[in-house]
Amino acid sequence: MPKITYITHDGKKNTVEVPTGLSVMEGALQNNVKGIDADCGGSMACATCHVYVSENWLNKIEKIHDAEQDMLDMAYEPKKNSRLSCQIIVSNELDGLEITTPVKQT
Amino acid sequence: MIKTDAIIIGAGPTGLFAVHQLGIIGLKCEIIDNLDRAGGQCIELYPDKPIYDIPAIPECTGEELTNSLLKQVAPFKANFHLNQRVEEIKKENNLWILKTNKGNIFSAPNVIIAGGVGSFEPRKLTLKEAEKFEGSQIFYSVANKNIFQNKKISIFGGGDSALDWALELSKTNKVTLIHRRSEFRGAAHTLSEVKQKEKEGSILIKTPYTITSIEGDKIMTGIEIKHEDGKLEKIKTDCVLSFFGLIMKLGPIAEWGLNIDKKTIPVNTETFQTNKEGIFAIGDICTYPGKLKLILSGFHEGALAARACFKRAKPNETYRFEFTTASKNIHDRLGLKK
Repeated sequence: MPKITYITHDGKKNTVEVPTGLSVMEGALQNNVKGIDADCGGSMACATCHVYVSENWLNKIEKIHDAEQDMLDMAYEPKKNSRLSCQIIVSNELDGLEITTPVKQT
Repeated sequence: MIKTDAIIIGAGPTGLFAVHQLGIIGLKCEIIDNLDRAGGQCIELYPDKPIYDIPAIPECTGEELTNSLLKQVAPFKANFHLNQRVEEIKKENNLWILKTNKGNIFSAPNVIIAGGVGSFEPRKLTLKEAEKFEGSQIFYSVANKNIFQNKKISIFGGGDSALDWALELSKTNKVTLIHRRSEFRGAAHTLSEVKQKEKEGSILIKTPYTITSIEGDKIMTGIEIKHEDGKLEKIKTDCVLSFFGLIMKLGPIAEWGLNIDKKTIPVNTETFQTNKEGIFAIGDICTYPGKLKLILSGFHEGALAARACFKRAKPNETYRFEFTTASKNIHDRLGLKK
């Protein structure tokens, strides 16, 4: 099963196994990973599952769509490597993925 | 004090359909919501997005769904108490007494919490200093635009609120519109008007920039913004308007002594009652094994909760199940002509 590492804004790492086909957001919720709220439940309507994807992984993830980009406008301190974790679907290619949660999502 | 059979907290689709289910079994209700209109997430988060999984409605938007539900519950003449949040809840004998932040007091044997993920609040700036200027120089909504006259204004955001207010306030002020990327997601025609104003010099657009600090001690004198490439820039500002949409907060519900599990309220699936007798939870805010956060699930949950409310509202009457197709009682309640 692919391993996903969730890093808090102050650097604490939490690596969990997430079944392929689930989103990085769902992986966090199922494993009680803090920092990902996902208030809207994955309908791309709230931006509370906002994460920063480490540079070396950014191009391995499916490209960002307009609707996700629009929603990221609402997120706390979005950066160039910002994504909504409900839109990143875990696959074997993403084994080892590292994402960081922003300051305001704790 | 307003006395009724059931008080519904939350006027989203689940709360609205609960009005209907209470109404057809002859119970009165009052409905309270923190937003200024009914519809909840449907109307706030995705009014224009199509929904495809409402039974028998192949496709409808959040706004259409809300309007249809409002039409469906109209015969029951439930009172809507909008723009207010329930702050306190306490039990007196067998009745629940609720108080809102506007001072309205309600009393009923039943409370149905259909609060979604909580009440909506504006998403605020992350900078710590922002707090001390909030309401005096930093705003998340506009209640009275006159206070902005002849001020230097910085507006943050890329959606309709930011664009609309940039246009409106540019009539009387110097406006800087700041957004984290070059694309705006607001309506195309508003954007073209804003671009026109930029050419005329009454709006200055700064993209891709984000705010990094607020300057001034007792009075905010300016802000510092950062370009995507790291370059910093200072802007003299009297007022900041920030439009980053809404965020959902569970709010006071968390302090009512209800069992809470990850921001949701566990219920039994026969009555949708919480750990408190006479308080029910339905829709996204409730949880039970197998719970799906679907609008259709909220409808089902409301139907069962309404029947459970009957026993507490009319303890001396026997509830009898009736179909809307055949029941004269229900037809009367719907106001149908004989």
